[in-house]
Amino acid sequence: MNRLSLIDLLWLVIRRDMLLAMRRRADVLTTLIFFVMVASLFPLGVGPEADMLRKMAGGVLWVAALLASMLSLPRMFSADHVDGTLEQIMLAPQSLTVMVLGKIVAHWMLSGLPLVLIAPVLGLQFDMSAAAIWTLMLALLLGTPVLSMIGAVGAALTLGLRGGGVLVSLLVLPLTIPVLIFGTGAVEAVNSGLDAVSNLALLGAFLLFALVFSPFVAAQALRISME
Amino acid sequence: MPSNPILEVSDLACERGEQRLFEDLSFAISSGELIRVQGENGKGKTTLLRTLCGFVQPVQGSVRWAGRDIHEWDDLFHSQMCYLGHANAIKDELSALENLQIGAGLTGVEVAETVALEALRRMGLRRREHLPVRVLSQGQRRRVALSRLLVGEAKLWILDEPLTALDVGAVELMQELIGEHLSKGGMAIFTTHQLLQVAGVEIRHLVLA
Repeated sequence: MNRLSLIDLLWLVIRRDMLLAMRRRADVLTTLIFFVMVASLFPLGVGPEADMLRKMAGGVLWVAALLASMLSLPRMFSADHVDGTLEQIMLAPQSLTVMVLGKIVAHWMLSGLPLVLIAPVLGLQFDMSAAAIWTLMLALLLGTPVLSMIGAVGAALTLGLRGGGVLVSLLVLPLTIPVLIFGTGAVEAVNSGLDAVSNLALLGAFLLFALVFSPFVAAQALRISME
Repeated sequence: MPSNPILEVSDLACERGEQRLFEDLSFAISSGELIRVQGENGKGKTTLLRTLCGFVQPVQGSVRWAGRDIHEWDDLFHSQMCYLGHANAIKDELSALENLQIGAGLTGVEVAETVALEALRRMGLRRREHLPVRVLSQGQRRRVALSRLLVGEAKLWILDEPLTALDVGAVELMQELIGEHLSKGGMAIFTTHQLLQVAGVEIRHLVLA
């Protein structure tokens, strides 16, 4: 009988969550379709004036991404909690923090990465320039993992609570405001002919900070929720 | 107290909300012993088992494994125990084989496919190893969950209602498995409302009043 290393365990958790999602595609598609619908409603609502659409593009797409990522947060731990898998995970002699990190990575790959990839198509609806679209993608690439990491802490804290789905959004949304501000700021900077590096660097700093702390905090929150 | 105790419970008290479930509970279990936890519904049987796993912090007393509090070195403790709760901890979307291999992997144990297949066949799931669990009956799902006991090397089994949904044949198989586990130096604590007898083993009864 071999014991798995931490890297093997991390990969197993990611692979498992991806496999489950591939066999339950509706959950992944819901997030993506919600993002597309919300982002598409704005041009329909405010009219076809290209200048106005270009100005609001960054903000609208970021808010849509933020709301879409909230949809899948309550499911991050709840399915494993209901069927007893989470208890088994917590009994593992390996680090719970590593397992939580694996779940966060899988969550981002299933709900954040698709938004990054579909964003250029939606950017065209807003008549965004190529440079603005690239910046939007880069900002989402740095920002959406932070949303998953902050969300993991909220999802762990509200696990098993009645109305946890709504509660997690109320808890997490205020904490994501800095990501929204600097993500939108990066796109607006490009639109204004300025450099987006400072905004992107701050998003990168948020990402590193969240990467260091959020898996550990979420693991502790899970321990509290499971008592 | 049995000689050479390995898991020791001293003056344990647990509460749910404001309600005291049990208090002053002391017992020990060592190799080759089997304890059945009994009590009416709501008396704290599941809470006791979850406390022994380390999920629940007792309001008083301690649980010690090989002389040390389980919360002090729970990694070592958890590598030597296997817990099966009310829920089966299996995924409907995965096959029985995937569930067993991935489930064992999540507890840190790598299980070869041949070993997993053998365990599933021993549990009476021949020709169902590759079927999605959602098409299996409740009893078969429970068998998939119980097959985890066969692929690990845990000394201590903590089983919460392991016989739920099992037919007569599966109950007999479970009794056989527990007997084998005890004969190899293992120990088990379980709850059940059904009759469970293990040949050649005297079951100790722990009643939560």
